[in-house]
Amino acid sequence: MADELQTLLDTLAPLLVDGSPHAVALGFRLERIEPGIAEMRAPYRDDLIGDPDTRVLHGGVVTALLDHACGLAAFAGLGGKDATATLDLRLDYMRPAEPGRDVVAIARCIRTSGLFAFVSAIAHDGDETDPVATAAAAFMVSRVSQEAAEKARRAFGKSATPISKVEEE
Amino acid sequence: MSPLEPLLSSPYVRMMGVRFDGHGDELTAILPYTEALVGNPLIPALHGGAIGAFMEIAASAALLAGTRLAALPKPIDVSVDYLRPARPQDVYARGIITRQGARVANVRVEAWQDRRAAPVAALHGHFLIKPETDA
Repeated sequence: MADELQTLLDTLAPLLVDGSPHAVALGFRLERIEPGIAEMRAPYRDDLIGDPDTRVLHGGVVTALLDHACGLAAFAGLGGKDATATLDLRLDYMRPAEPGRDVVAIARCIRTSGLFAFVSAIAHDGDETDPVATAAAAFMVSRVSQEAAEKARRAFGKSATPISKVEEE
Repeated sequence: MSPLEPLLSSPYVRMMGVRFDGHGDELTAILPYTEALVGNPLIPALHGGAIGAFMEIAASAALLAGTRLAALPKPIDVSVDYLRPARPQDVYARGIITRQGARVANVRVEAWQDRRAAPVAALHGHFLIKPETDA
């Protein structure tokens, strides 16, 4: 069962970041997707700097990275079938990211309950034990996102086969 | 010089294309729609992270417009409630300073599209501020 979910996530992996124009625009890359876990990287880029005097990445980049990583962890935590909507996202900015360094978000779905998923995440710039930010987020499977998931299944026809396989289990 | 200059010269704020519209003491931040803001093209909806980031920018703008600051406000913590899917169209936001101390300000922001009474998201957070000294 866990292996089937991993297979499904591996099949969907290319779409999970590259299918989102905003994530592409910010240069996000998926590093890892496993049941309930997502890891994503934001590149250090001149056009993502917040304050030209300090050359630190804008907090908004970290916000978008954590939002996306948390959403993927919720998706993977709910079994990789249901698209989710974010209910809320709470962020603590521990310290500025070091200029010149990429920022990596690691999000873990700590619990799912019916339609809901609860996710905890950190963002770091090289050392997981010294995060630049932490996040807590809640997600739910919503009707709007369900309709989108349906569209995705139809649009990706063949590659969606693993999804129906999982549903039959 | 506009009090919003630190924001207007921020590469990320420029990349996002955020503009500001001030009338008297009312300041509206505008996030003009581009395809690059879309999070999920199947719904289609704008990226939640883009909305969150835009509201952080709107909070900074409210602080810069209210007091002379020596630097951009830095977020300490923010909490974002996503209330409705944000459609692929412009987003507006206004911030209200709930409390401003010497170093920390508490700000609330609402973002909307068609109707201000139907916000798509709300943010509240604490920001570290550095008021300009006369010295």
